[in-house]
Amino acid sequence: MLSRTADHLFWMSRYTERAENTARMLNVAYETSLLPQSAAVAEESLLGLLSISELIPAYTQRHGKVTREGVLDFMVCDGDNHSSILSCLRAARENARAVRGALTTEVWETQNTTWLVLQRYLAEKRFDSDPGQFLEWVKHRSHVSRGVTAGTMLQDEAYHFLRLGTFLERADNTARLLDVKFHAVNTDFHGSNAAGAARGRGPQEFDFYHWSAILRSVSAFEIYRKVYRDVITPERVADLLILRRDMPRSLHASLHEVVENLAAVANGQSGETQRKAGRLLADLRYGRIDEILATGLHAYLTQFLDRVNELGACISRDFLVPMPH
Amino acid sequence: MQKFDEMYEALPFEGSNVRPHYQRYAQWLAQQPGDAMRARREEAEMIFRRVGITFAVYGAKDESGAGTERLIPFDLIPRIIPAHEWARMQQGLVQRVTALNRFIHDVYHGQEILRAGVVPADLILRNAQFRPEMAGVHVPRNLYAHIAGIDIVRAPDARGEGVYYVLEDNLRVPSGVSYMLENRKMMMRLFPELFSQHKVAPVAHYPDLLLDTLRASAPAGVSEPTVVVLTPGMYNSAYFEHAFLAQQMGVELVEGQDLLVKDGFVYMRTTRGLERVHVIYRRVDDDFLDPRVFRPTSTLGCAGLMDAYRAGSVAICNAVGTGVADDKSVYPYVPEMVRFYLGEEPILQNVPTWLCRKEDDLKYVLGHLHELVVKEVHGAGGYGMLIGPAATQAEIEDFRRALVANPSGYIAQPTLSLSSCPTFVDSGIAPRHIDLRPFVLSGQSVQMVAGGLTRVALKEGSLVVNSSQGGGTKDTWVLGQE
Repeated sequence: MLSRTADHLFWMSRYTERAENTARMLNVAYETSLLPQSAAVAEESLLGLLSISELIPAYTQRHGKVTREGVLDFMVCDGDNHSSILSCLRAARENARAVRGALTTEVWETQNTTWLVLQRYLAEKRFDSDPGQFLEWVKHRSHVSRGVTAGTMLQDEAYHFLRLGTFLERADNTARLLDVKFHAVNTDFHGSNAAGAARGRGPQEFDFYHWSAILRSVSAFEIYRKVYRDVITPERVADLLILRRDMPRSLHASLHEVVENLAAVANGQSGETQRKAGRLLADLRYGRIDEILATGLHAYLTQFLDRVNELGACISRDFLVPMPH
Repeated sequence: MQKFDEMYEALPFEGSNVRPHYQRYAQWLAQQPGDAMRARREEAEMIFRRVGITFAVYGAKDESGAGTERLIPFDLIPRIIPAHEWARMQQGLVQRVTALNRFIHDVYHGQEILRAGVVPADLILRNAQFRPEMAGVHVPRNLYAHIAGIDIVRAPDARGEGVYYVLEDNLRVPSGVSYMLENRKMMMRLFPELFSQHKVAPVAHYPDLLLDTLRASAPAGVSEPTVVVLTPGMYNSAYFEHAFLAQQMGVELVEGQDLLVKDGFVYMRTTRGLERVHVIYRRVDDDFLDPRVFRPTSTLGCAGLMDAYRAGSVAICNAVGTGVADDKSVYPYVPEMVRFYLGEEPILQNVPTWLCRKEDDLKYVLGHLHELVVKEVHGAGGYGMLIGPAATQAEIEDFRRALVANPSGYIAQPTLSLSSCPTFVDSGIAPRHIDLRPFVLSGQSVQMVAGGLTRVALKEGSLVVNSSQGGGTKDTWVLGQE
């Protein structure tokens, strides 16, 4: 397969996944903002959202004051913000269009339809009238995209590069989400029993809504209940989203897929990249949450994000078009 | 002026007889409620958009920042050609394209036709499309125009009978075949019952014939050639077609940046390293193919490609330098080429053409500008053209000045009353002018699918069918023998 084709496939699925994760985070932020809460808490949550994508300076330059409407507009339909849902879905569709011949008709039409309907929805101001439903739609289109890919594509290189993009992006996004949400309660979370932990920062309800929001943003609220059958604690949230192999959006599950798909496309020069991915997976497979928290969650996630970023660069170098994105 | 309609014996067609080959269709059409046709048209548009059968408009950006993509309007009423007419046209096309390929080979080798004085030597040797780089270069099977799009119009003769004329030979990178294929697919989806009532010759095997042609054009000694389609990229107006053909043939769609010449061979960069390429179906003009030989700033081609090509390690389809035979000033000599190379009388007629480079012709043209069509020799896409009867006095005077300043840059032809075909427009069904572009493939043999792309000028009275100027397309049916 052409390196350029693989590159477009990889980025098509990365952008699709990114749009989904942005919609997930926005949806939770939007729902949270409807709860009775202080202005400071609301602003903190919106700032957290922006900082996940490292966008506070860009936002401030454009809108100044942090408001719910401003942030939602910036993250959904601002074509100049490269992380907005509009930008991500546009990039996904442009990448798909560049290699439509390497996709099945169904996959291409799914991407194209998403783009066409998105434009219609934005023109109809559908997002303004019902943000929740609109964000659900974005998520749903991402599900459809993955489903159509799995259901119609030959499991050849094209398929594996698509999957590689999806899971590398998901590993990155989940790690960012965790980092920002834990950061919001403590500069570096070392577990609830450590000194200066989340305790004492507010009423019990704040904690509940805070942690349950994270869980819902990755569709893990019901899963948490099922797995732990207990009250929500930050340690378990971290455990679930970092180390659980069977939790589809966890770092462990994402890396597992990265390693599998990388093995399927391996070439003569990708050995070192596979080793790095395997090593990262091993850390997740044999890691323990108390160890991670002992060194500090922020430090751990920062290092994880660096390693994922490096993996992306290595994949580009070994297989794709070595260009900055 | 005489008129000729493909479906009706007279115009306006209310109350007129339907021509025999359209009778079954006319019966069917009469039974269709107007709303149903309108609904089908909307359905077709929705499907074309979803499938992304669009052409990009250069430079334009829409509000969301993506490049503007437009649909080429698709008309629901087919253009029908009876079997015996097509059979004759097909013979004429094979003959004409065979002669054109012989001509191009001759121009770059012995130049016998120039030495015989049949075609003026300076017209060829000083032509901007003549590529000295191709002189003496051997190409597989001596074929140059592997894919030819021959534009054919029909116009009434003095008795009001429709006569087919070749209007133009497109031998560089003719496009439009994907619309021929998609239009048929759409018609079969919208009106399946019509296809059980008519024996319509199929066209869906075109990509197979194309692949066959490209493989047959591989460098000698390569038994399993790797074929690629070279596109300028997704912002090219015909990108959909490039991607479509590559996918239908099951070959890679490459851009210049994907190719690389190493030790005299052409390779593409793949996820598993370099892979040799043997045949390039290029949809990039000569000028952009190789920055070392042609336009140095081009990023659409591949440096060193011409060296590899001239050494015979890779085939380029169409060959470099075919433009010398589809120039409008060379066109009038094509019937002579048929006689010279094949010793046959041309089956297809040319439109009578005045070459303004000839003094007498120029004089005639300047005296009859208001009734002639004047075209730039290198113009394309319906631009750079004067349609005398429809032009204002100021436009005519502009052309007069241009003609006097540079006579050899222009040709002139009588204004043909292109045949019309009933077309579904906003006001209902009305006659609109059409042309036809069959696609002729030259490989081991000369092959084509029956019919071609019918383009229709949607504006009332307009003779310009180009999609860039408000043209649409129709499905083209060649009916089998009853």
